[in-house]
Amino acid sequence: MATFGSNPRSLTGRSPAYGFRFFVYAVICIVLMFYDQRGGWLESVRGAMSAIAYPLQLAVNSPSAAGRWIRSNFTDRAQLTAENEALATELRQLKLKSLRFSALERENADLRRLQEPLPPLINKTLIGEVVSVELSVLRQRLLINRGTANGVKKAQPVITADGVLGQVLRVGPWSSEIILITDAEHALPVEVLRSGLRTIAVGVGEADRLTLPYVPLNSDIREGDQLVTSGLGGVFPQGLPVATVTSAKRDPSQSLAHILATPTSRIERDRHVLFVWFTPTHPAAAGPASVESEQSVGSGTYQPLPVPRATPTTPPAASAATPRAAPDTTAPRE
Amino acid sequence: MSWPGEPRKMLALTMLLALGMQLLPLPVWLAIMRPAFLVLVVLYWCIAAPRAGGILVAWIAGLALDITKGAVLGQHALAVCLVAYIAISFHQRLRNQTMLQQSLFVFAMLALYEVVVWTIDGWTGHAVNSPWRWIHPMLGAALWPIVALALGRTHTAR
Repeated sequence: MATFGSNPRSLTGRSPAYGFRFFVYAVICIVLMFYDQRGGWLESVRGAMSAIAYPLQLAVNSPSAAGRWIRSNFTDRAQLTAENEALATELRQLKLKSLRFSALERENADLRRLQEPLPPLINKTLIGEVVSVELSVLRQRLLINRGTANGVKKAQPVITADGVLGQVLRVGPWSSEIILITDAEHALPVEVLRSGLRTIAVGVGEADRLTLPYVPLNSDIREGDQLVTSGLGGVFPQGLPVATVTSAKRDPSQSLAHILATPTSRIERDRHVLFVWFTPTHPAAAGPASVESEQSVGSGTYQPLPVPRATPTTPPAASAATPRAAPDTTAPRE
Repeated sequence: MSWPGEPRKMLALTMLLALGMQLLPLPVWLAIMRPAFLVLVVLYWCIAAPRAGGILVAWIAGLALDITKGAVLGQHALAVCLVAYIAISFHQRLRNQTMLQQSLFVFAMLALYEVVVWTIDGWTGHAVNSPWRWIHPMLGAALWPIVALALGRTHTAR
Protein backbone atom coordinates (compact mmCIF):
# COMPACT_ATOMS: atom_id res chain seq x y z
CA MET A 1 0.00 0.00 0.00
CA ALA A 2 2.88 2.35 0.64
CA THR A 3 3.16 4.57 -2.35
CA PHE A 4 6.13 6.56 -3.39
CA GLY A 5 5.56 9.08 -6.02
CA SER A 6 3.25 11.86 -6.93
CA ASN A 7 0.05 10.52 -5.42
CA PRO A 8 -0.91 13.35 -3.11
CA ARG A 9 -3.12 11.15 -1.02
CA SER A 10 -0.86 9.85 1.70
CA LEU A 11 -1.82 7.06 4.00
CA THR A 12 -2.07 9.42 6.92
CA GLY A 13 -5.00 10.97 5.08
CA ARG A 14 -4.13 14.56 4.45
CA SER A 15 -7.65 15.88 4.30
CA PRO A 16 -8.55 18.78 2.05
CA ALA A 17 -9.06 22.15 3.69
CA TYR A 18 -12.80 21.75 4.26
CA GLY A 19 -13.07 24.88 6.37
CA PHE A 20 -11.65 27.01 3.59
CA ARG A 21 -13.91 25.36 0.99
CA PHE A 22 -16.95 25.93 3.16
CA PHE A 23 -15.98 29.57 3.53
CA VAL A 24 -15.68 30.00 -0.24
CA TYR A 25 -19.04 28.35 -0.94
CA ALA A 26 -20.74 30.33 1.80
CA VAL A 27 -19.44 33.58 0.31
CA ILE A 28 -20.68 32.49 -3.15
CA CYS A 29 -24.11 31.72 -1.64
CA ILE A 30 -24.36 35.09 0.06
CA VAL A 31 -23.33 36.93 -3.11
CA LEU A 32 -25.94 34.92 -5.06
CA MET A 33 -28.64 35.73 -2.54
CA PHE A 34 -27.74 39.41 -2.61
CA TYR A 35 -27.93 39.69 -6.38
CA ASP A 36 -30.97 37.42 -6.71
CA GLN A 37 -32.84 39.52 -4.19
CA ARG A 38 -31.97 42.66 -6.15
CA GLY A 39 -33.13 41.07 -9.38
CA GLY A 40 -31.47 41.70 -12.72
CA TRP A 41 -29.08 39.42 -14.59
CA LEU A 42 -29.53 36.50 -12.22
CA GLU A 43 -33.09 36.18 -13.54
CA SER A 44 -31.76 34.82 -16.83
CA VAL A 45 -29.38 32.47 -15.03
CA ARG A 46 -32.28 31.17 -12.99
CA GLY A 47 -34.35 30.79 -16.14
CA ALA A 48 -31.63 28.68 -17.75
CA MET A 49 -31.24 26.54 -14.64
CA SER A 50 -34.97 26.04 -14.33
CA ALA A 51 -34.90 24.76 -17.92
CA ILE A 52 -32.40 22.12 -16.77
CA ALA A 53 -34.60 21.16 -13.84
CA TYR A 54 -37.79 21.08 -15.92
CA PRO A 55 -37.24 17.59 -17.45
CA LEU A 56 -36.75 16.17 -13.96
CA GLN A 57 -39.96 17.80 -12.78
CA LEU A 58 -41.77 16.41 -15.81
CA ALA A 59 -40.33 12.94 -15.17
CA VAL A 60 -41.34 12.98 -11.53
CA ASN A 61 -44.86 14.00 -12.48
CA SER A 62 -45.14 11.55 -15.36
CA PRO A 63 -46.71 8.70 -13.33
CA SER A 64 -49.73 10.80 -12.36
CA ALA A 65 -49.90 12.23 -15.88
CA ALA A 66 -49.82 8.71 -17.29
CA GLY A 67 -52.60 7.73 -14.91
CA ARG A 68 -54.75 10.60 -16.11
CA TRP A 69 -54.01 9.73 -19.74
CA ILE A 70 -55.01 6.10 -19.22
CA ARG A 71 -58.17 7.09 -17.40
CA SER A 72 -59.17 9.53 -20.13
CA ASN A 73 -58.50 6.89 -22.79
CA PHE A 74 -60.56 4.22 -21.13
CA THR A 75 -63.68 6.18 -20.30
CA ASP A 76 -66.68 4.35 -21.56
CA ARG A 77 -69.36 5.46 -23.96
CA ALA A 78 -72.00 6.23 -21.30
CA GLN A 79 -69.61 8.51 -19.46
CA LEU A 80 -68.71 10.40 -22.62
CA THR A 81 -72.36 10.79 -23.56
CA ALA A 82 -73.16 12.16 -20.11
CA GLU A 83 -70.28 14.59 -20.33
CA ASN A 84 -71.36 15.68 -23.79
CA GLU A 85 -74.90 16.21 -22.52
CA ALA A 86 -73.70 18.34 -19.62
CA LEU A 87 -71.51 20.45 -21.89
CA ALA A 88 -74.36 20.97 -24.35
CA THR A 89 -76.63 22.13 -21.52
CA GLU A 90 -74.00 24.53 -20.27
CA LEU A 91 -73.41 25.88 -23.77
CA ARG A 92 -77.13 26.50 -24.24
CA GLN A 93 -77.33 28.41 -20.98
CA LEU A 94 -74.29 30.51 -21.84
CA LYS A 95 -75.76 31.27 -25.27
CA LEU A 96 -78.97 32.42 -23.63
CA LYS A 97 -76.97 34.67 -21.36
CA SER A 98 -75.04 36.23 -24.22
CA LEU A 99 -78.12 36.61 -26.39
CA ARG A 100 -78.66 40.24 -25.51
CA PHE A 101 -74.94 40.91 -25.01
CA SER A 102 -74.34 42.90 -28.19
CA ALA A 103 -77.43 45.01 -27.60
CA LEU A 104 -76.28 45.75 -24.06
CA GLU A 105 -72.83 46.59 -25.33
CA ARG A 106 -74.31 49.14 -27.74
CA GLU A 107 -76.46 50.54 -24.96
CA ASN A 108 -73.44 50.83 -22.69
CA ALA A 109 -71.53 52.71 -25.38
CA ASP A 110 -74.48 55.09 -25.76
CA LEU A 111 -74.61 55.69 -22.04
CA ARG A 112 -70.90 56.40 -21.96
CA ARG A 113 -71.36 58.68 -24.98
CA LEU A 114 -68.86 56.71 -27.02
CA GLN A 115 -68.83 56.57 -30.81
CA GLU A 116 -68.45 52.81 -30.89
CA PRO A 117 -68.52 49.93 -28.43
CA LEU A 118 -65.35 49.26 -26.50
CA PRO A 119 -62.88 46.67 -27.79
CA PRO A 120 -62.94 43.34 -25.91
CA LEU A 121 -61.03 43.52 -22.66
CA ILE A 122 -59.16 40.29 -23.20
CA ASN A 123 -57.38 40.29 -26.54
CA LYS A 124 -55.27 37.14 -26.28
CA THR A 125 -55.35 34.01 -24.19
CA LEU A 126 -53.10 31.00 -23.83
CA ILE A 127 -54.06 27.74 -22.19
CA GLY A 128 -51.46 26.12 -19.99
CA GLU A 129 -51.45 22.84 -18.18
CA VAL A 130 -50.41 22.37 -14.58
CA VAL A 131 -47.20 20.35 -14.36
CA SER A 132 -46.80 20.32 -10.62
CA VAL A 133 -48.63 21.77 -7.67
CA GLU A 134 -47.10 22.97 -4.46
CA LEU A 135 -49.82 23.74 -1.96
CA SER A 136 -48.80 24.16 1.65
CA VAL A 137 -48.91 26.78 4.34
CA LEU A 138 -45.48 27.88 3.21
CA ARG A 139 -46.11 28.12 -0.51
CA GLN A 140 -49.09 28.09 -2.84
CA ARG A 141 -47.44 27.74 -6.22
CA LEU A 142 -48.04 26.03 -9.54
CA LEU A 143 -45.65 25.02 -12.27
CA ILE A 144 -47.20 25.48 -15.73
CA ASN A 145 -45.91 24.12 -19.02
CA ARG A 146 -45.75 27.52 -20.74
CA GLY A 147 -42.78 29.88 -20.72
CA THR A 148 -41.05 32.69 -22.58
CA ALA A 149 -41.13 30.55 -25.73
CA ASN A 150 -44.93 31.00 -25.66
CA GLY A 151 -44.73 34.71 -24.88
CA VAL A 152 -45.47 34.45 -21.17
CA LYS A 153 -43.87 37.21 -19.17
CA LYS A 154 -43.38 38.04 -15.52
CA ALA A 155 -46.33 39.45 -13.54
CA GLN A 156 -48.79 38.20 -16.14
CA PRO A 157 -52.32 37.56 -14.84
CA VAL A 158 -53.45 33.94 -14.76
CA ILE A 159 -57.16 33.11 -14.49
CA THR A 160 -59.49 30.17 -14.80
CA ALA A 161 -63.02 30.18 -16.09
CA ASP A 162 -64.21 30.80 -12.52
CA GLY A 163 -62.04 33.75 -11.62
CA VAL A 164 -58.61 35.04 -10.74
CA LEU A 165 -56.06 32.34 -9.97
CA GLY A 166 -52.75 34.17 -9.56
CA GLN A 167 -49.92 35.73 -11.47
CA VAL A 168 -46.64 34.67 -13.03
CA LEU A 169 -43.84 34.85 -10.49
CA ARG A 170 -40.92 33.43 -12.45
CA VAL A 171 -40.66 32.41 -16.03
CA GLY A 172 -38.30 29.95 -17.70
CA PRO A 173 -37.97 29.09 -21.38
CA TRP A 174 -40.67 26.39 -21.35
CA SER A 175 -42.20 26.62 -17.91
CA SER A 176 -43.40 29.27 -15.52
CA GLU A 177 -44.10 29.46 -11.84
CA ILE A 178 -47.42 30.88 -10.73
CA ILE A 179 -48.02 32.40 -7.33
CA LEU A 180 -51.64 31.83 -6.34
CA ILE A 181 -53.72 34.56 -4.72
CA THR A 182 -54.00 32.26 -1.69
CA ASP A 183 -50.22 32.31 -1.12
CA ALA A 184 -49.34 33.97 2.17
CA GLU A 185 -47.05 36.34 0.25
CA HIS A 186 -49.68 37.53 -2.18
CA ALA A 187 -51.92 40.55 -1.74
CA LEU A 188 -54.53 41.56 -4.29
CA PRO A 189 -56.47 44.86 -4.48
CA VAL A 190 -60.17 44.00 -4.60
CA GLU A 191 -63.52 45.73 -4.33
CA VAL A 192 -66.87 44.57 -3.05
CA LEU A 193 -69.16 44.27 -6.07
CA ARG A 194 -72.27 45.35 -4.14
CA SER A 195 -70.98 48.40 -2.28
CA GLY A 196 -67.86 49.36 -4.23
CA LEU A 197 -65.76 49.20 -1.07
CA ARG A 198 -62.10 48.83 -1.99
CA THR A 199 -59.66 46.85 0.07
CA ILE A 200 -56.91 44.25 -0.18
CA ALA A 201 -57.29 40.48 -0.13
CA VAL A 202 -54.34 38.62 1.35
CA GLY A 203 -53.69 34.90 1.14
CA VAL A 204 -53.12 32.82 4.24
CA GLY A 205 -51.58 29.71 2.70
CA GLU A 206 -54.78 27.67 2.54
CA ALA A 207 -56.25 26.81 -0.83
CA ASP A 208 -59.79 27.80 0.10
CA ARG A 209 -59.27 30.97 2.11
CA LEU A 210 -58.42 34.64 1.74
CA THR A 211 -58.46 37.30 4.44
CA LEU A 212 -59.35 40.95 4.19
CA PRO A 213 -57.24 42.37 7.01
CA TYR A 214 -57.73 46.08 6.32
CA VAL A 215 -61.47 46.59 6.52
CA PRO A 216 -62.70 49.10 9.14
CA LEU A 217 -65.44 47.91 11.51
CA ASN A 218 -68.17 50.10 10.12
CA SER A 219 -67.63 49.43 6.41
CA ASP A 220 -70.34 47.98 4.25
CA ILE A 221 -69.41 44.34 3.77
CA ARG A 222 -71.31 41.22 4.74
CA GLU A 223 -71.46 37.51 4.25
CA GLY A 224 -72.11 36.42 0.66
CA ASP A 225 -70.65 39.54 -0.92
CA GLN A 226 -68.85 39.07 -4.22
CA LEU A 227 -65.29 40.36 -4.40
CA VAL A 228 -63.91 41.44 -7.77
CA THR A 229 -60.54 42.89 -8.75
CA SER A 230 -60.45 46.65 -8.36
CA GLY A 231 -58.07 47.33 -11.24
CA LEU A 232 -55.59 49.03 -8.95
CA GLY A 233 -52.16 47.56 -8.72
CA GLY A 234 -51.50 47.33 -12.43
CA VAL A 235 -51.74 43.57 -12.94
CA PHE A 236 -55.40 42.62 -13.12
CA PRO A 237 -58.07 44.65 -14.90
CA GLN A 238 -61.14 45.79 -13.02
CA GLY A 239 -64.06 43.46 -12.48
CA LEU A 240 -62.70 39.90 -12.54
CA PRO A 241 -64.32 37.67 -9.91
CA VAL A 242 -61.99 36.84 -7.03
CA ALA A 243 -63.82 35.47 -4.03
CA THR A 244 -67.01 35.28 -2.01
CA VAL A 245 -67.11 36.56 1.55
CA THR A 246 -67.82 33.63 3.87
CA SER A 247 -67.66 35.29 7.25
CA ALA A 248 -67.62 38.87 8.49
CA LYS A 249 -67.06 39.09 12.21
CA ARG A 250 -66.97 42.39 14.02
CA ASP A 251 -65.43 42.68 17.45
CA PRO A 252 -66.29 46.09 18.92
CA SER A 253 -63.02 46.19 20.85
CA GLN A 254 -61.03 46.03 17.60
CA SER A 255 -60.80 48.76 15.01
CA LEU A 256 -60.77 46.37 12.05
CA ALA A 257 -63.29 43.73 11.06
CA HIS A 258 -62.32 40.07 10.74
CA ILE A 259 -63.33 38.99 7.25
CA LEU A 260 -62.71 35.71 5.44
CA ALA A 261 -63.49 34.84 1.84
CA THR A 262 -63.34 31.77 -0.39
CA PRO A 263 -61.73 32.13 -3.83
CA THR A 264 -64.04 31.39 -6.75
CA SER A 265 -61.37 29.61 -8.76
CA ARG A 266 -60.12 26.35 -7.35
CA ILE A 267 -57.12 24.62 -8.79
CA GLU A 268 -58.26 21.20 -7.62
CA ARG A 269 -61.11 21.31 -10.12
CA ASP A 270 -59.14 21.81 -13.27
CA ARG A 271 -55.68 21.15 -14.57
CA HIS A 272 -55.85 23.93 -17.13
CA VAL A 273 -55.20 27.60 -16.53
CA LEU A 274 -55.50 30.61 -18.78
CA PHE A 275 -52.78 33.20 -19.35
CA VAL A 276 -54.42 36.40 -20.52
CA TRP A 277 -53.34 39.57 -22.29
CA PHE A 278 -55.55 42.64 -21.94
CA THR A 279 -56.25 45.51 -24.28
CA PRO A 280 -54.27 48.28 -22.61
CA THR A 281 -56.55 51.03 -23.95
CA HIS A 282 -59.69 49.53 -22.40
CA PRO A 283 -60.94 51.67 -19.49
CA ALA A 284 -61.27 48.58 -17.29
CA ALA A 285 -57.67 47.51 -17.98
CA ALA A 286 -55.15 47.57 -15.20
CA GLY A 287 -54.13 51.02 -14.06
CA PRO A 288 -51.05 52.91 -15.19
CA ALA A 289 -49.02 51.69 -12.24
CA SER A 290 -46.60 49.98 -14.58
CA VAL A 291 -45.62 46.86 -12.78
CA GLU A 292 -43.63 45.65 -15.77
CA SER A 293 -41.19 48.51 -15.74
CA GLU A 294 -40.90 48.27 -12.01
CA GLN A 295 -40.31 44.57 -12.13
CA SER A 296 -37.81 44.67 -14.94
CA VAL A 297 -35.70 46.85 -12.72
CA GLY A 298 -36.49 44.19 -10.19
CA SER A 299 -37.55 45.85 -7.01
CA GLY A 300 -37.44 42.63 -5.12
CA THR A 301 -37.50 44.50 -1.86
CA TYR A 302 -40.07 43.62 0.69
CA GLN A 303 -43.08 45.85 0.38
CA PRO A 304 -44.99 46.17 3.61
CA LEU A 305 -48.73 46.28 3.25
CA PRO A 306 -50.12 49.77 3.51
CA VAL A 307 -51.76 50.36 6.82
CA PRO A 308 -55.15 51.97 6.26
CA ARG A 309 -55.84 55.17 8.01
CA ALA A 310 -58.48 53.94 10.40
CA THR A 311 -60.55 57.06 10.88
CA PRO A 312 -63.96 55.82 11.96
CA THR A 313 -65.44 59.33 11.78
CA THR A 314 -65.15 59.46 7.98
CA PRO A 315 -65.67 55.94 6.70
CA PRO A 316 -65.79 56.77 2.97
CA ALA A 317 -62.48 58.58 3.13
CA ALA A 318 -60.90 55.72 5.01
CA SER A 319 -62.09 53.13 2.55
CA ALA A 320 -60.97 55.24 -0.37
CA ALA A 321 -57.58 55.81 1.19
CA THR A 322 -56.87 52.14 1.59
CA PRO A 323 -56.22 51.19 -2.01
CA ARG A 324 -54.46 54.38 -2.96
CA ALA A 325 -51.27 53.05 -1.48
CA ALA A 326 -52.06 49.64 -2.87
CA PRO A 327 -50.56 49.49 -6.38
CA ASP A 328 -47.25 48.06 -5.24
CA THR A 329 -48.85 45.27 -3.34
CA THR A 330 -50.20 43.38 -6.31
CA ALA A 331 -46.65 42.52 -7.13
CA PRO A 332 -45.76 39.46 -5.11
CA ARG A 333 -43.94 40.63 -2.10
CA GLU A 334 -40.62 38.93 -2.46
CA MET B 1 -7.81 14.30 -8.82
CA SER B 2 -10.17 11.35 -8.85
CA TRP B 3 -9.81 8.27 -6.74
CA PRO B 4 -10.94 5.08 -8.40
CA GLY B 5 -12.32 3.85 -5.12
CA GLU B 6 -14.76 6.68 -4.55
CA PRO B 7 -18.42 5.85 -5.25
CA ARG B 8 -18.94 8.89 -7.50
CA LYS B 9 -21.53 7.32 -9.78
CA MET B 10 -23.59 6.02 -6.90
CA LEU B 11 -23.38 9.42 -5.28
CA ALA B 12 -24.73 11.17 -8.36
CA LEU B 13 -27.44 8.57 -8.86
CA THR B 14 -28.69 8.64 -5.28
CA MET B 15 -28.66 12.43 -5.22
CA LEU B 16 -30.78 12.55 -8.37
CA LEU B 17 -33.16 10.01 -6.87
CA ALA B 18 -33.44 12.04 -3.66
CA LEU B 19 -34.13 15.21 -5.65
CA GLY B 20 -36.87 13.33 -7.46
CA MET B 21 -38.40 12.25 -4.16
CA GLN B 22 -38.24 15.85 -3.03
CA LEU B 23 -40.26 16.89 -6.09
CA LEU B 24 -42.72 14.01 -6.07
CA PRO B 25 -46.27 15.32 -6.00
CA LEU B 26 -47.89 14.56 -2.66
CA PRO B 27 -51.19 15.45 -1.01
CA VAL B 28 -51.11 18.77 0.80
CA TRP B 29 -51.03 17.42 4.33
CA LEU B 30 -48.22 15.02 3.44
CA ALA B 31 -46.15 17.48 1.42
CA ILE B 32 -45.66 19.85 4.34
CA MET B 33 -43.96 17.20 6.42
CA ARG B 34 -41.99 15.59 3.62
CA PRO B 35 -38.54 14.76 4.99
CA ALA B 36 -35.62 16.56 3.37
CA PHE B 37 -34.40 13.51 1.45
CA LEU B 38 -31.73 15.37 -0.44
CA VAL B 39 -30.20 16.74 2.76
CA LEU B 40 -30.27 13.25 4.28
CA VAL B 41 -28.41 11.85 1.27
CA VAL B 42 -25.88 14.69 1.36
CA LEU B 43 -25.32 14.03 5.05
CA TYR B 44 -24.82 10.33 4.38
CA TRP B 45 -22.18 10.90 1.72
CA CYS B 46 -20.44 13.51 3.83
CA ILE B 47 -20.09 11.00 6.64
CA ALA B 48 -19.44 7.85 4.59
CA ALA B 49 -17.26 9.22 1.81
CA PRO B 50 -16.33 12.87 2.35
CA ARG B 51 -13.77 12.77 -0.44
CA ALA B 52 -16.27 11.57 -3.02
CA GLY B 53 -18.36 14.68 -2.97
CA GLY B 54 -17.72 16.96 -0.10
CA ILE B 55 -19.01 20.48 0.08
CA LEU B 56 -19.19 20.99 -3.69
CA VAL B 57 -21.87 18.30 -3.97
CA ALA B 58 -23.73 19.84 -1.04
CA TRP B 59 -23.62 23.19 -2.77
CA ILE B 60 -24.95 21.78 -6.05
CA ALA B 61 -27.73 19.95 -4.17
CA GLY B 62 -28.68 23.14 -2.36
CA LEU B 63 -28.76 25.09 -5.60
CA ALA B 64 -31.00 22.44 -7.15
CA LEU B 65 -33.35 22.86 -4.19
CA ASP B 66 -33.33 26.64 -4.65
CA ILE B 67 -34.27 26.31 -8.31
CA THR B 68 -36.99 23.73 -7.85
CA LYS B 69 -38.50 25.34 -4.76
CA GLY B 70 -38.38 28.81 -6.25
CA ALA B 71 -36.40 30.17 -3.31
CA VAL B 72 -33.78 32.91 -3.36
CA LEU B 73 -30.72 31.49 -5.13
CA GLY B 74 -28.23 30.45 -2.48
CA GLN B 75 -30.67 30.03 0.38
CA HIS B 76 -30.81 26.26 0.54
CA ALA B 77 -27.28 26.08 -0.88
CA LEU B 78 -25.92 27.93 2.14
CA ALA B 79 -27.94 25.83 4.58
CA VAL B 80 -26.89 22.52 2.99
CA CYS B 81 -23.23 23.62 2.78
CA LEU B 82 -23.20 24.50 6.47
CA VAL B 83 -24.74 21.18 7.46
CA ALA B 84 -22.37 19.28 5.15
CA TYR B 85 -19.35 21.08 6.56
CA ILE B 86 -20.29 20.15 10.13
CA ALA B 87 -20.97 16.54 9.12
CA ILE B 88 -17.60 16.30 7.36
CA SER B 89 -15.81 17.77 10.35
CA PHE B 90 -17.24 15.08 12.60
CA HIS B 91 -17.39 12.23 10.09
CA GLN B 92 -14.76 10.03 11.70
CA ARG B 93 -16.35 10.25 15.11
CA LEU B 94 -19.86 9.74 13.68
CA ARG B 95 -18.91 6.53 11.88
CA ASN B 96 -18.14 4.91 15.21
CA GLN B 97 -21.39 5.91 16.83
CA THR B 98 -24.58 3.92 17.14
CA MET B 99 -27.54 4.51 14.85
CA LEU B 100 -29.39 6.30 17.64
CA GLN B 101 -26.57 8.73 18.22
CA GLN B 102 -26.28 9.33 14.50
CA SER B 103 -30.01 9.95 14.33
CA LEU B 104 -29.74 12.56 17.05
CA PHE B 105 -26.92 14.24 15.16
CA VAL B 106 -29.00 14.16 11.97
CA PHE B 107 -31.92 15.69 13.83
CA ALA B 108 -29.69 18.53 15.02
CA MET B 109 -28.38 19.05 11.49
CA LEU B 110 -31.85 19.08 9.90
CA ALA B 111 -33.06 21.52 12.55
CA LEU B 112 -30.04 23.75 11.88
CA TYR B 113 -30.78 23.53 8.15
CA GLU B 114 -34.37 24.61 8.75
CA VAL B 115 -33.23 27.44 11.04
CA VAL B 116 -30.93 28.79 8.34
CA VAL B 117 -33.65 28.52 5.68
CA TRP B 118 -36.18 30.15 7.99
CA THR B 119 -33.78 32.99 8.90
CA ILE B 120 -33.05 33.75 5.26
CA ASP B 121 -36.79 33.56 4.57
CA GLY B 122 -37.19 36.28 7.16
CA TRP B 123 -34.40 38.45 5.74
CA THR B 124 -35.77 38.25 2.25
CA GLY B 125 -39.30 39.05 3.34
CA HIS B 126 -40.88 35.62 2.99
CA ALA B 127 -41.42 35.09 6.70
CA VAL B 128 -44.11 32.47 7.11
CA ASN B 129 -44.31 31.13 10.61
CA SER B 130 -45.86 27.73 10.61
CA PRO B 131 -45.23 25.10 13.26
CA TRP B 132 -45.43 22.57 10.44
CA ARG B 133 -42.02 23.47 9.11
CA TRP B 134 -40.39 22.02 12.24
CA ILE B 135 -41.96 18.57 11.73
CA HIS B 136 -39.71 17.35 8.95
CA PRO B 137 -36.42 17.29 10.96
CA MET B 138 -38.00 14.76 13.32
CA LEU B 139 -39.23 12.58 10.45
CA GLY B 140 -35.87 12.90 8.75
CA ALA B 141 -34.05 11.78 11.90
CA ALA B 142 -36.46 8.86 12.24
CA LEU B 143 -35.77 7.88 8.63
CA TRP B 144 -31.99 8.14 9.03
CA PRO B 145 -31.34 4.45 9.89
CA ILE B 146 -33.25 3.36 6.77
CA VAL B 147 -31.46 5.87 4.55
CA ALA B 148 -28.07 4.97 5.99
CA LEU B 149 -28.60 1.22 5.60
CA ALA B 150 -30.00 1.58 2.06
CA LEU B 151 -27.19 3.85 0.92
CA GLY B 152 -24.63 1.66 2.69
CA ARG B 153 -25.49 -1.13 0.28
CA THR B 154 -24.69 1.00 -2.75
CA HIS B 155 -20.94 1.03 -2.12
CA THR B 156 -18.28 -0.94 -0.33
CA ALA B 157 -17.40 0.46 3.05
CA ARG B 158 -13.95 1.85 3.28
